[in-house]
Amino acid sequence: MTSIAKPQIPLLPLERNQLGLTIRDYSGSMSTLCAGCGHDSVTAAIQEALWGLSIPPYQVAKLSGIGCSSKTPQYFDAAAVGFNSVHGRMAAVASGAAAANRGLVVVGVSGDGDSLSIGLGNLAHAIRRNVRMLYVIANNGVYGLTKGQFSASADIGSRSRKGEPNLLPPVDPMLLGLSLGATFLARGFSGDKAQLVPILKAGLSHGGFALVDVISPCVQFNDHEGSTKSFRYVREHELQDIEADIIPVRGQIHSEQTPGAVTEVELHDGSRVLFRAVPEGYDPRDRVRVGSYLVESARRGEIATGLLYLDEETPDMHQLSETPEERLWDLPFERLCPGSAELARFQARLR
Amino acid sequence: MAEVQLPEAPSRARVNEFAIKLANVNGTGSASTNNLLMQTIFRMGVPVSGKNLFPSNIQGLPTWYEVRVSQSGHTARTASFDLMVAMNGQTYQQDIEEVASGGYLVYDDSWPLNPEMRRPDITFLGAPLAQLCAQRFTTVKERILMKNVATAGLVAALLALPLEELSKQLVAAYSRRPQLLEDNQAALELGYRYALDNFSCPLPFHVEQMGAPDGRILIDGNTAVALGAVFAGATVGAWYPITPATSVMENFVRLCAQYRRHPGPDGREAHDYLILQAEDELAALGIVVGASWAGARAFTSTSGPGLSLMQELLGLAYYTEVPAVLVDVQRAGPSTGMPTRVQQADLFSAAFASHGDTRHILLFPSDPRECFLHTVQAFDLAERFQTPVLVMSDLDIGMNDWEVPELTWDDSYRPDRGRLLGTEELERLEHFWRYGDPDLQWTTPRAVPGETPRAGHLVRGSGHDLRALYTERPDEYQEVVDRLLRKHQAAATHLPPPVVELREGAPFGVISMGSCDLAVREALEEFPGPAPSYLRITGYPFPPAVAEFIEAHTHCYVVEQNRDAQLRSLLLIETGAGGERLRPVLSYGGLPITASFIRDRILEQESPQ
Ligand SMILES: Cc1ncc(C[n+]2csc(CCOP(=O)(O)OP(=O)(O)O)c2C)c(N)n1
Ligand code: SF4
Ligand SMILES: [Mg+2]
Repeated sequence: MTSIAKPQIPLLPLERNQLGLTIRDYSGSMSTLCAGCGHDSVTAAIQEALWGLSIPPYQVAKLSGIGCSSKTPQYFDAAAVGFNSVHGRMAAVASGAAAANRGLVVVGVSGDGDSLSIGLGNLAHAIRRNVRMLYVIANNGVYGLTKGQFSASADIGSRSRKGEPNLLPPVDPMLLGLSLGATFLARGFSGDKAQLVPILKAGLSHGGFALVDVISPCVQFNDHEGSTKSFRYVREHELQDIEADIIPVRGQIHSEQTPGAVTEVELHDGSRVLFRAVPEGYDPRDRVRVGSYLVESARRGEIATGLLYLDEETPDMHQLSETPEERLWDLPFERLCPGSAELARFQARLR
Repeated sequence: MAEVQLPEAPSRARVNEFAIKLANVNGTGSASTNNLLMQTIFRMGVPVSGKNLFPSNIQGLPTWYEVRVSQSGHTARTASFDLMVAMNGQTYQQDIEEVASGGYLVYDDSWPLNPEMRRPDITFLGAPLAQLCAQRFTTVKERILMKNVATAGLVAALLALPLEELSKQLVAAYSRRPQLLEDNQAALELGYRYALDNFSCPLPFHVEQMGAPDGRILIDGNTAVALGAVFAGATVGAWYPITPATSVMENFVRLCAQYRRHPGPDGREAHDYLILQAEDELAALGIVVGASWAGARAFTSTSGPGLSLMQELLGLAYYTEVPAVLVDVQRAGPSTGMPTRVQQADLFSAAFASHGDTRHILLFPSDPRECFLHTVQAFDLAERFQTPVLVMSDLDIGMNDWEVPELTWDDSYRPDRGRLLGTEELERLEHFWRYGDPDLQWTTPRAVPGETPRAGHLVRGSGHDLRALYTERPDEYQEVVDRLLRKHQAAATHLPPPVVELREGAPFGVISMGSCDLAVREALEEFPGPAPSYLRITGYPFPPAVAEFIEAHTHCYVVEQNRDAQLRSLLLIETGAGGERLRPVLSYGGLPITASFIRDRILEQESPQ
């Protein structure tokens, strides 16, 4: 089976972004995922966020590991160069790409198996390095592509389709990220695009590693009674009380009135995020409070969503490495090679 | 083998032609003393090599340093020592056994030597260095450190090394620390004087000045690799520490700090490089693959265990045709094995690294100079052929100082970026097919992310067609992998050419690679009867000259440092030569191979019992 080109159904005149591009200019091939799979909504939200921020489609480097979720870079932004790598290693491969070219808009899409099981080590260290990228975990609590085994994010007691309960504690990427010094942590739900798109936009505008955990139910293996990653469970238990709007620097304010206590944080590229936090005293920059909020909501069986944590102070990988503004990959060779005279001088002390 | 009887009074020939070994305890500062001796002999213009035999341990275990001096240029390791400097009571027994008959052993007679250990055929020279140092220096630490320096002084007197030369080096090393310099000088003289006053100096074998070491340098392979990476324009390095590869990236860090920091437009110093110490070797190679995919010259360095972890990503880079440079500084054994001992035992896991049908390009440098050259070439080959290139160094080359001709650089060199297309070229194309339109070397157009909408495609490790689109069709899959095989074959004639030395009337050929070179040459030079031919393999895939060499001889000995005859197997697979034509000569105990081992193994098989 080859990939399928998307039929271009004529629609009403489509809205254009600042580059004069429509959402279609950010689309890819037809999805080959199961009908109703949460991952397709994640793809659509990424596409919309890129379009909404008027990012030139070819400036994106899209990467993934292996899994149903990791197939999705084929389904958006066909003008970009992408890399569907190996299971669990996307964070490392993306770190390398970001190192070579700091001008890229690096978008990584992964699954809970890809990121929290086999690739946990590489994810953890990409977070620590604060590689500037958007890293999306399309989290369904199972291994979709290998047909329904529990992943490391399955909740205790959550049942497989055959009915066996999961006995091991889940890895929560938000709590994990918090302990690793992550600089941007957000959670969304594939079924709630209105919340997800602004989160993704904020992640794309962030000056470091933006980790976005998206609950994305698997309709084949994990969307049944007893699964905490089912559409129904999430709808009933989602805590949407940390509201965040993004005001991109490139104009186009996607923000309604923001009454109540508003916390404003400026992002790397000058855009601003406005937090309207319902929980009393919720400060997205207070690691300790965010941590206890996450633990408490998890204990109640609730899923805290929204932009949960933000730190725009910590330098990213390039700042830490003191690299130049230019891209490393095509620096002029003359600047890189010391030349024959230096080689002779270097060897003077080896004689 | 018959014992070689040494003449009673060693002849003139022993001047500048001998080997010594220093036995020490690691973590006591003996390394700088060893260096002092080696450097001095090198500066006297006499060919010399130094091999550090150290344990995988930080402090307290035995360590040895072997110095071979050879005016005829035979500086491969030898297992026969004319002088043993036994400064480690733990290893006396073994050290005494290793002295050649008629040789000498220096020991510290601050403590008596067990008389049972004495051998009648060697001369024991006792010097109370510990006592002398205890009288002269106050703290325990000083006494231990300075005993090493006093040992150097003593050896210098025995070998007729000029005291001024050693002391000049101390001045260079400690010019900013006057107290330390004074102590070092005092210790040096202490040992030197003691030897002059108590022994008949110099020994019959010793060093005589041969002129300045013009055009030659002392350098280790790992430093040379790092230099190669800097000169080739590598900007991204990723690694995970492992002996004996660690100093590759440590040197790259140091050299980048020296050569790659430039004031930017804002006056701030910018670093034209980005080096990541990764969390493991999977990430290290992942970073390299990602950086190379995005256009940078990127590399990693590792050793056997790391190479094992990198297998899956090597397959990814091979199949998706992403360049990558990997320097494998080989060490001994499966698993942890013997991390501080040498072998050439990663050929199988490198040549066919990863599952499925994979083949990689390997280069086999034989000394630090070739480490430099091959590393530069590895970056060009990786980009030209859009595939991983593995530089197969080893611990002996990588971590020991070798005397080699000075490195040179052609300032007109520019990186060969292969078919990496620029924006304009891409925009002129009718269509961009990542895996279509192969050239004569079977390589296809490549585009990096971020440049132009014309290049949009998704590289994938899953089955793909010419446009990089997903496929499970047999014909489409095969079209790509068949081209990969042709591409690999095409690379053979672009690698450093093998060294072929055909000799008229040669009774047989000898084939070897890498750090075996000096020992093989020494063995062949002294081989009784007509001289055998020699082929040194420098890369894989093999060019036609390799099969031709095998064809030209009734049989060949394949000399290598592993148990399983990995090079021989590779030759059998690739050249179609019959097994009986290639006879293995295998050294795999972890110490560098010697000429006498090679000669004996070949002689055994050449002269039927
Ligand atoms: C090294 C390796 N081991 C195992 C596999 C098999 N495998 C493919 S996808 C997958 C799990 C994917 O799970 P997840 O990342 O959660 O993605 P999902 O399919 O659920 O979206 C596994 C185990 C593989 N491709 N590579
Ligand atoms: S198996 Fe599950 S995760 Fe995979 S495509 Fe189907 S619904 Fe989506
Ligand atoms: Mg999953």
